[in-house]
Amino acid sequence: MKAQNVASTKNVAIDEIPEGRKKIGIFLLEILAIALVLLFLFPFFLVLINSAKQSADIIISPLNMPEKWGQLFTNMNNVIHNQNFNYWKSFFSSLFITAVSLVLISLFSSMAAWILVRNKTKWSNFIFMTLVAAMIIPFQVVMLPLLSTFRELSDFIGIRMLTSYKGLIFAYIGFGGSMSVFIFHGFIKSIPYELEEAALIDGCTPEGTFFRILFPLLKPIQVTVLILNGVWIWNDFLLPSLMLGLNGKIKTLPIAVTSFVGSYVKQWDLILTAALLAMLPIIVLFIFAQKQIIRGMVEGAIK
Amino acid sequence: MKVKKVLSLAAIILGIAGVILALIMDFSGSENPLRGAILVIGGLMVLAGFYFLPSKNHKKIINVLFLFPLLLAFTVTVIIPFIFGVFYSLTDWNGIKFENFVGLQNYITMFTSNDYMYSVVITFIFSAINIVLVNVIAFSLALLCTSKIKGKNYYRAAFFVPNLIGGIVLGYVWQFIFNKVLTVLIPGSVSMLTDPNLALLAIIIVSSWQYSGYIMMIYVTGLQGVPKDVLEASAVDGADRLTTLFRIKMPLIANTFTICIFLTLINSFKQFDLNFAITNGAPSRILNGVSILSTELLALNIYKTAISKNQYALGQTKAVVFFIVLAIISLTQVAISKKREVEM
Repeated sequence: MKAQNVASTKNVAIDEIPEGRKKIGIFLLEILAIALVLLFLFPFFLVLINSAKQSADIIISPLNMPEKWGQLFTNMNNVIHNQNFNYWKSFFSSLFITAVSLVLISLFSSMAAWILVRNKTKWSNFIFMTLVAAMIIPFQVVMLPLLSTFRELSDFIGIRMLTSYKGLIFAYIGFGGSMSVFIFHGFIKSIPYELEEAALIDGCTPEGTFFRILFPLLKPIQVTVLILNGVWIWNDFLLPSLMLGLNGKIKTLPIAVTSFVGSYVKQWDLILTAALLAMLPIIVLFIFAQKQIIRGMVEGAIK
Repeated sequence: MKVKKVLSLAAIILGIAGVILALIMDFSGSENPLRGAILVIGGLMVLAGFYFLPSKNHKKIINVLFLFPLLLAFTVTVIIPFIFGVFYSLTDWNGIKFENFVGLQNYITMFTSNDYMYSVVITFIFSAINIVLVNVIAFSLALLCTSKIKGKNYYRAAFFVPNLIGGIVLGYVWQFIFNKVLTVLIPGSVSMLTDPNLALLAIIIVSSWQYSGYIMMIYVTGLQGVPKDVLEASAVDGADRLTTLFRIKMPLIANTFTICIFLTLINSFKQFDLNFAITNGAPSRILNGVSILSTELLALNIYKTAISKNQYALGQTKAVVFFIVLAIISLTQVAISKKREVEM
């Protein structure tokens, strides 16, 4: 923040303009910025005010403020106890799937990346290149055969892979793995090998050097990997909808919203409240971890 | 040491026995529910056995064990389905099994079907408009958010918010806005979503709104990387603000432009969630006397061909072509970035 201030005060091009005009210019820019923010956030505002109305009021006057905010809680109560939405159950399903996938992705991909960085063989090179190349494979080209592969695998090994948490989490490790390995790979390369060498000479086992020496050093990049995968898994719709079905026993939040909309086409009061409840967790998280989330998502894109 | 060796060898042998037992149960058609558990426990015992086995090759064993979980998941979810996927596009696969090899028949069917060619065209139109809109909006916002105004970080965060919410939920919210809010705001108007062209525009508006904040942050990072001494030098030479922008800042962040344009291109090309939630392909449009869904972008077209119309082989064929196009786009990006690195 400080660095930026210095940067802009040194923007001499602006300094040449007389003091008074400069101030007015900045003032106008600030007004523009506020107007744009309001415009960008207006849809969220509409969701909020209409979640506190009854169905008929929404249709007649969607832009008016609600008559009484108490209706918001009535609507929330209706949605939470609705059989098709079942907020708490879908919330915890989403949370469970996201959390377990994240832990396993960051553990397994940092382990794999470490092996690939520290062993320079033909094999490690081949594996790494395959993982990198796989990053351009769009989900659409694997989704249909994925279903049949998982179905046959379930028959073969006797473990249900479709319509189950373990199958979905397994798939997330597979899909999230390649990019995560790539990100870890770049980071581990920059860590000097001498650190590990010293530990090995002191009699530490190779796995010990990884978990005791290297793993703690990965913290900054772990945050990036967790955020990047976390936002994706939490919001993902297509993969869980294919694996779990839209009306299956397990529903993630996006699936719950979709099947809810399917059954209540015109009941906007409930649909908007459901949307509000689905957005709330991630917005609350964003308010607390704004900086990390933005940095994580942007870093991931540039790499 | 000896005890450890015996124990780990025992674990390996028991584990292998367990795996074999589970597989025998499988082939004999046993419906024993413990089959899966025996297999997994057997597999884990083998891994643990190798891990604890005192051996000169311990480091090599660790190499394999550390790579194993990730590569197993990756192979089963990406590599195997990908290979099968390309293969299925040459057969009459119905999602479960295939009977005949049909050669390129699916590809011919695909390129001669109206709905597919229409999807190709509107996906390109959609992507082109989206790239321009997103990048213009994002770059302007980035300039605004790196100017001298107060509270820049709050504005950045606010523009970034739509990107955090999934396209499905946002799509339903915007469906509400188009159908119920805009029709009240502009009295007497009908919903944009009932007109084929305006409905496509609606998806473009929402996807620009959702994605601009994200691309803006990448531009902000780029603009902050412009060296201050260069800006000072240009100011000393008497460059005004527009000249600084077009002659200094923009050429210096040319790489950022490449990244952003390709990110937007790939993202628009793959658009599914918003399309699914806002219009789901509707409304219909009559073209050459045939009725087709007017806002069905490629990703949705693939999905519907397979899932709704149950034509798995055809859907898979479309997906393979989809992949080839995306691969060409990605490789072009890599080539451009490499070339620029060499020039720098």
